[in-house]
Amino acid sequence: MNEPKSIRVAYGESLAEIGSKNSKVVVLDADLAHATMTNIFSEKFPERFFNFGIAEANMICAAAGFAHSGLIPFVSTFALFGAGRGYEQIRNSIAYVNANVKFGLSHSGLTVGEDGGSHQSIEDIALMRVIPNMTIFVPCDPIETKKAVYAATEINGPVYIRTARPICKNITDEMTPYIPGKANILKEGSDIALLTTGIMVSKALEAAKELENQHISTAVVNFHTIKPIDEECILEMANKCKALVSVEEHSIIGGLGSAIAEVIAGKSSIKFARIGINDKFGKSGKPEQLLKQYGLSVNNIINTCKTILL
Amino acid sequence: MNIGEQYEKATQLREDILHMVYKSQSGHIGGSFSCLEILMALYYNVINVDSKNPHWEDRDRVILSKGHACPALYAILADLGFFSREDLWNLRQIDSHLQGHPDMNKTLGVDVNTGSLGQGVSVAGGMAMAAKYKKKNYQVFAIIGDGEVQEGLVWEAAMSAAHFHLDNLTVILDYNGLQLDGFNAEIMDISNIMEKYRAFGFECYEADGHNIEEIVKKVKKPHNGKPKFICCHTHKGYGVSFMEDNVDWHGKAPNKSQYVQAMKELGVDIHE
Repeated sequence: MNEPKSIRVAYGESLAEIGSKNSKVVVLDADLAHATMTNIFSEKFPERFFNFGIAEANMICAAAGFAHSGLIPFVSTFALFGAGRGYEQIRNSIAYVNANVKFGLSHSGLTVGEDGGSHQSIEDIALMRVIPNMTIFVPCDPIETKKAVYAATEINGPVYIRTARPICKNITDEMTPYIPGKANILKEGSDIALLTTGIMVSKALEAAKELENQHISTAVVNFHTIKPIDEECILEMANKCKALVSVEEHSIIGGLGSAIAEVIAGKSSIKFARIGINDKFGKSGKPEQLLKQYGLSVNNIINTCKTILL
Repeated sequence: MNIGEQYEKATQLREDILHMVYKSQSGHIGGSFSCLEILMALYYNVINVDSKNPHWEDRDRVILSKGHACPALYAILADLGFFSREDLWNLRQIDSHLQGHPDMNKTLGVDVNTGSLGQGVSVAGGMAMAAKYKKKNYQVFAIIGDGEVQEGLVWEAAMSAAHFHLDNLTVILDYNGLQLDGFNAEIMDISNIMEKYRAFGFECYEADGHNIEEIVKKVKKPHNGKPKFICCHTHKGYGVSFMEDNVDWHGKAPNKSQYVQAMKELGVDIHE
C-alpha cells in the first residue's frame, strides 16, 4: 500500500482483505460497487456481497437485520446518499439500538468534482456527529483507510468511515499509531496548530512547511477520528500554541471545526479560526479548482494562520 | 391452548392493553386491537420462541413494523413469560422497560426496534437474508400497517425480498382501513394491495384478520420459493363498540368513564 492510490480503492482492498480473515463481514452496496470499489470484495466473496440496487434506505435497514443476526455488515454508497438520504434509517434502525453496522461512504466533500453540488457531501460529518453511539473515522491516506476498516470491525456498534475519491500519497506509514479517538501529532510546533482531517492533512503539512520557512512554528495534528474527539489533544494544543486553525473538506458548520469549538468553549481563550466550506453548496469543477475556490488551499491556510497570529 | 381458549385469551389481552394505556394515559389502542389476533396466531400457534432463552439464535423472528401497536405485543410477551404482567402497567413511564415504541435492548422478546414506519419490514428482510447466508431455518414475520405501506421504504423492501427470493419472510398487513388523519382511501389510497404485492413477486393470501384459525392456515401455506404476503382484513379498535372503526382511537387514551365502559364490553365490571 505504498503507491499513490485513491482512498476508495484502499477501502475496497481492505474489505477484501478483512473478508478473508473474518467470515462475519458482509458488504452491501447500492448500485455503486464500481465507484465505491466494493467490487473488489464482491469478486472475491460473491456469496457475501449484496447489491440492493438504487434503494439506500432499504439497504441501511437491511444492514440492521444482518447485524441483529450476528454478522458485520459494511454498507457502502456515496456519502450523500448514505448519511443524507439514509439519515433517519441510520438513526433509528442502527444507532438507536447500537447495531453493529459499518458505513464506508465514499465521494465525500467537494473533490467529487465535476458531478457538482448535488453529489458533494459537505454535511455528512455534521449529520453523523449528532447521533449517539456513532464513531466517525476520516482517513487521510490509503494506509489509514485500511486501519480504519480494521478498527471499525473491532468496535461493537455503528462506525462511519468517510472516504474520498482523489488519488493521494501515503502520509502515514504502517507503523503510525491508529488508536480510535486519539489524534496523531504529525508535526510539533509552538506558534500555531493546524488541526485537520482527511484529504486536507496533506495540504496542512505543506502549509506548515512554508510557515516554518517564514519562522512560524507550526504543529499539524491529524484527527483520523472525529467522534469521539480527542479533547485532551485539543486542550494540550490550546495550552501550547498561540492559535488553533481547523482545516477540513466539510462545511464549517458541524464538522471538525465545530467539534473543536465545543471542546475549547469555556476552557480556553485561545484564538481559533476554522477553514472549511463556508456555508455554501458546491458546484462542478476540477477537484483542485474547487478546493482553491472554496478556500481549501495551501495559500489560504498560510494566510489564515498569519492573520490570526497578528 | 386450543382455538376456543385463544379467543378467551384475546379478550383477556384486550383488557390488559386497555388497562396499560389507561394507566399510562398514553398509547395506541386502535391499532393494538386490530393486530392482536395476527400476533396471537403467530405466537400461540406458529413460531418457535423461548421466554427462558429470549436470544436463542434459532428462534423465529416477529417484527412489529407498525411499532405503535406494541401494547398488543407487550401483552402477549408478558403472557408468555418474557416479563411480568405487572410490568405492563408501567407502559411509557420513565425508566420502564416498556417503551412507547418497541426497543429490543430494553424489552425481552422484542426482536427489532420499530416505530419509525417502514423500517421494520426492511430490517426483517435483512434478517431473512442473513438467515439464508448463515443457513439457518428460522422464519421471519413482519407485521405492517396499512398507513405504513404508504412509505416508499416498504416498496424498496418488497422489491428486494422478491429479488433475493426470501421464502423465509412473511409480510402480514393489518388492513384496518384507517390511519391517523382518516381513511386510507382518502389520505393516500392503497387499494389493490394484493395485486401490488403480487406484481412485486410475492405469494399472496387474504384472511379475516380477527380469525386466528384462518390466519394460521394462511401462514402455513407454501411460499413456493417466494416471500409471502398475507392481507389481513381487520377493524381498528376491534372488540370495543365505540372504538371500532373509529379513527379517534388511533392514539388516544380513554378517560375514566370510557375505560369503565370499554372494560364492561370486554366482560369486566369496574365499580367506581
